[in-house]
Amino acid sequence: MIINHPLLGPRDSAEFTYMGDARLIDRPDAGSDTAAQDFYDYGYLRDNPAGWHEELWFHEAGDRSWLVVTRNTLTHEISDVKLARDVARSRGRKL
Amino acid sequence: MTQKNRLAGGQINRAKTHKFMFDGKHYTGHAGDTLASALLANGVRLMGRSFKYHRPRGPLTAGSEEPNALVELRGGARQEPNTRATTAELYDGLLARSQNRIGSLRFDLLAVNDRLSNFLTAGFYYKTFMWPAAFWEKVYEPIIRHAAGLGSLSLKDDPDTYDKGFLHCDLLIIGAGPAGLAAALTAGRAGLDVILADEDFRMGGRLNSETHSLGDQSGADWAAATVEELASLPNVRLMARTTIIGAFDHGIYGAVERVSDHMHTPDAGKPRQILWRIYTKRTILAAGAIERPVAFENNDRPGIMLGSALRTYANRYGVAVDRRVAIFTNNDDGHRTAADLVAKGVKIAAVVDVREDAPRSLDYEVLHGEIKDTKGRLGLTFAEVRLADGTMRTLECGALGLSGGWNPNVHLTCHQRGRPTWNETLAAFVPGGMLPAGMTVAGAANGDMSTAAALRGGAKAAQNAMDLKGKLPSLPQAEDAPVNLKPFWYVEGCNRAWLDQQNDVTVKDVKLSHQEGYRSVEHLKRYTTLGMATDQGKTSNMGGLAIMAELAGKAIPEVGTTIFRPPYTPTAIGVFGGRHRGKDFHPTRLTPSHTWAEEQGAVFVEVGNWLRAQWFPRTGETTWRESVDREVLATRTSVGVCDVTTLGKIDVQGTDAAAFLNKVYCNGFAKLPVGRVRYGLMLREDGIVMDDGTAARLAEDHFVVTTTTANALPVYRHMEFVRQCLFPDMDVQLISTTEAWAQYAVAGPNSRKVLEQIVDRDISNDAFPFMACANVTVCGGLRARLFRISFSGELAFEIAVPMAYGDALIRRIVEAGAAFDITPYGTEALGVMRMEKGHAAGNELNGTTTAANLGMGRMVSTAKDSIGAILSRREGLNRADDLRQVGIKPVNPRDPVPAGAHLMNESGVIDAAHDQGYVTSACYSPNLGHAIALGFLKDGANRMGERMRLVSPLTGVNVDVEITSPHFIDPDGERLRA
Amino acid sequence: MHNLRTVTALGVAAPRIDRFDHITLAENDGLALASVAARLGKEAACHAALGNLLGGVPDIGRTILRDPEAGFWMGPEQWMIGAPRATHEHLADQLKERFGDAASITEQSGAWATFDVTGAMMREMSERLCNVPIRRMIAGDVQRTVIHQLGCFVIRREAEDHIRILGPRASAKNLHHALLTAALALA
Repeated sequence: MIINHPLLGPRDSAEFTYMGDARLIDRPDAGSDTAAQDFYDYGYLRDNPAGWHEELWFHEAGDRSWLVVTRNTLTHEISDVKLARDVARSRGRKL
Repeated sequence: MTQKNRLAGGQINRAKTHKFMFDGKHYTGHAGDTLASALLANGVRLMGRSFKYHRPRGPLTAGSEEPNALVELRGGARQEPNTRATTAELYDGLLARSQNRIGSLRFDLLAVNDRLSNFLTAGFYYKTFMWPAAFWEKVYEPIIRHAAGLGSLSLKDDPDTYDKGFLHCDLLIIGAGPAGLAAALTAGRAGLDVILADEDFRMGGRLNSETHSLGDQSGADWAAATVEELASLPNVRLMARTTIIGAFDHGIYGAVERVSDHMHTPDAGKPRQILWRIYTKRTILAAGAIERPVAFENNDRPGIMLGSALRTYANRYGVAVDRRVAIFTNNDDGHRTAADLVAKGVKIAAVVDVREDAPRSLDYEVLHGEIKDTKGRLGLTFAEVRLADGTMRTLECGALGLSGGWNPNVHLTCHQRGRPTWNETLAAFVPGGMLPAGMTVAGAANGDMSTAAALRGGAKAAQNAMDLKGKLPSLPQAEDAPVNLKPFWYVEGCNRAWLDQQNDVTVKDVKLSHQEGYRSVEHLKRYTTLGMATDQGKTSNMGGLAIMAELAGKAIPEVGTTIFRPPYTPTAIGVFGGRHRGKDFHPTRLTPSHTWAEEQGAVFVEVGNWLRAQWFPRTGETTWRESVDREVLATRTSVGVCDVTTLGKIDVQGTDAAAFLNKVYCNGFAKLPVGRVRYGLMLREDGIVMDDGTAARLAEDHFVVTTTTANALPVYRHMEFVRQCLFPDMDVQLISTTEAWAQYAVAGPNSRKVLEQIVDRDISNDAFPFMACANVTVCGGLRARLFRISFSGELAFEIAVPMAYGDALIRRIVEAGAAFDITPYGTEALGVMRMEKGHAAGNELNGTTTAANLGMGRMVSTAKDSIGAILSRREGLNRADDLRQVGIKPVNPRDPVPAGAHLMNESGVIDAAHDQGYVTSACYSPNLGHAIALGFLKDGANRMGERMRLVSPLTGVNVDVEITSPHFIDPDGERLRA
Repeated sequence: MHNLRTVTALGVAAPRIDRFDHITLAENDGLALASVAARLGKEAACHAALGNLLGGVPDIGRTILRDPEAGFWMGPEQWMIGAPRATHEHLADQLKERFGDAASITEQSGAWATFDVTGAMMREMSERLCNVPIRRMIAGDVQRTVIHQLGCFVIRREAEDHIRILGPRASAKNLHHALLTAALALA
């Protein structure tokens, strides 16, 4: 596959390491009353869609950026690639 | 022998004669021949025996789709089985043998299988060899394997090398026939980066095999002139002898270039083949079409081949397969073959056409009817014709050309999600469904069967794919005949009529599988093995589908097709390995003391790709244990030195560096003073231990973190995830510095005395206490880092210098330590000392261990949020009887305590249900004089002193042991604080 | 002054050169290296310091080739600075002074083995080694990629036929072997 890196342009997916669902960015608040349940959901409950999926890829043999790649798991079509850091910020993640 | 069937003409170089040998006999051919064309020129039609029935076989085709003419090529270690004689390029000294025979090719002893054919039908093996079950492996399978099969391996190491490479282009064109050449001209002249690849050694495709002209040139001449122009364009890369084996996602193609297969031996240093990974924006598939045969009784005799193959042998190679040839056709193409052969002076016995309205000819007889059967034990002698009026006629002929129509070569269009669609006019499948991204199909591969349509289609495809403006290149006038075909798959009433000649599947087998209830085309394929041979059924699948459709009363497109998968043609495993084999299979990493350690005679072990000294044998030592015991005792009594460069090192800087470490480690780092080191335990988010190490605070905003050797990369990746994805607004920067610093552990009561001679500052206990760290200089000014940390449990330091000085520093340390008999130690002694000290390592941090299991539950801070803290508190991970790390020693000091053995109560049942725990690490402790072990035991913390049994039913171990603290030596840590 | 001697990445006293008609493969032992990563919120100051040092900020995928210091882009807000070791043995310390608290500086001199590949068949050799689009690269382009399973930087230098390869130092011998066999396979 070719991943169109937002900074570097098209790069071979062999340069990347795959991690999985990009919802891993949404780490729950450890201070919440429901933290135990929230972390359980976060850690173990994932969708496994046949179709579009936002997932995390690490450009290990490249610029060491984590990316959020929107990929169709049926066709491998990739519709969007963003820097995970930008995604995390846009979702309101802070310190 | 003379080349008795050689005709005039063709694109061979008659000035260059090659000698070659087949089955021990000498022959000659010419440059430009294939092995098959040269053998046919010499009158040899019989080239192999079939897979199952050992039927005599000759080539069916003149290309890579060949099912029959498979031979063992070359000799000795270079012997290669199952190569197709129809594509093997002739060279001087070529050596080939027929395969799958016992005895000679002419008198194969296993030809008896053919007589037993009534029993050897589809599913024969499944049905017959079911009982007794134990017989399968020992009796049946070896016999069947011996009898059925293809070529044999040399079982020697391949002496040749294979290479890999990477190419980029705007447009990849697959196939250099009329469509591919026209596409290449269009895109090449427009200045685009073009790769034109063709599996053949001569570009031109069918143009080299046909007689019709392009403009005022022959097709072959036009192809040669076009190739010459393309070769002159710097932006066009011509790749002959290159097969595109697979179409992968997003414009990535696999290609195998046969660099040296046409040579006796590869030139020095040169690879035999290269596996190219081609990255392209757009692709034009111009792979042409493959003619299909017709099934009738005994249609597999040597001499019976595709009509297009007869033309190729005659026109391209100047070879008549026989001087008297019959044709069996359902379309106009058969008449083209007849006309070409007549022009070459070959006698046409008759053209048998199934169509009532077959064209007539003055040059040869046309019969309306079908071929019923054939004769000839080792090669065709007669063909029996059943005329339309029912009368029979016998034709004397040594070759029979079959023209059943053409199948567009859709193979590569299927490699992603493409599913071919049915074309009624061609009675064939054409590319359809979702093609690989960026691919368009042109020419015969797209169902455009005439030369003119191929030229036009190729040029247009290039123009459209690359969005080119302006006029198409002017293309020569060419034949533009329509396809005129009557679908015809098999002759009524035939049984032993071959569909798949490579896997010996007949019409009868397909009928039988239908009778037995196999309705899905995928089931038919697997039950009969139709299309499952190395040719993937390129010439056979359609016939099988058609018969299946007829039996099911369906149309062919309703039955569907099976799927072509990579590789396009059989590919040598060696080329996938490339240069990565033997000691180059993967790279190793050398420590800075490697050269020095080699000089000391060290024995090395591979750890996470690093080659580390395992122990340093000395003269007189006969076992590894002697060396390791000595290294351990010397370190504990005086001083030892060990290269610890391999530990992962990550530089963590920024104003939020401490806050960041507070997140990734479960214990606290915010209050660690500058100049101090702290042990850190890193959890996964699910609460399981990921890794451990130390973090040294060199400045308020600067830490150096260590990881275990094996986890350096995963930990770095994880830390980048935490930084970029979870806490994107922390001011923290990470970079790996594992290989930037050479680091040595100097351990033992005399370690300070040694390092005092090296380090340019006061390292007394007051000035540099346990867990201190500092930037220092050594040897009078070289920048270095010093850490007072200890894995061995002794007074110890780790000292780091820039990598280039690592070799010099180890020599200096050993020099300074000479007075104390400093002893280099390897990973084994390191392991013994950490077990004596009770330190967990990889065996304990095995991906199932919690901090509580390690007895470090209290390290997981509740005062802050850290990765894994929440889930580490789950009830299931915190039961009263959870495993705890313990020490284990034998009651009888002579007993072993092997790793992997399980702990059982002192009395009672020994089985899995009563398992109490297990040993993770074990060694002999030279300090204690008996074996020791670390392990996990249920409620272990409360069972100190308990007597248990350590068992391993598999290896017969049953030892009485005592549970102890894991800290076998200096439990209070007095030594390391000294 | 200390009197410790360095060894090259290949573990010997002097850099190795393999010279053929079509390719010259030379170990380059003369580079001091340090990475520069902008501190959060101090990007402007970091860029200004880079500008002072190199005459500009190396763009994504680009190198600024300048004497004595040169620099290339490694990742978002991260660069590698190189300079002759003879004059810049303490490059990291020198950069720390220049950048102050605008950047995190990490010494990288020991981490990399550097090879210069020059010659008429440099492009063909690159194609056998890694997936960089060598024929499309122009002077100053840099790409991190994989050569013989090793993460490497490939820099197109000023000369048309020159690339510089930075690979992990501990695997320098394997990397050199891969480069050498690729060169020999093209001879």
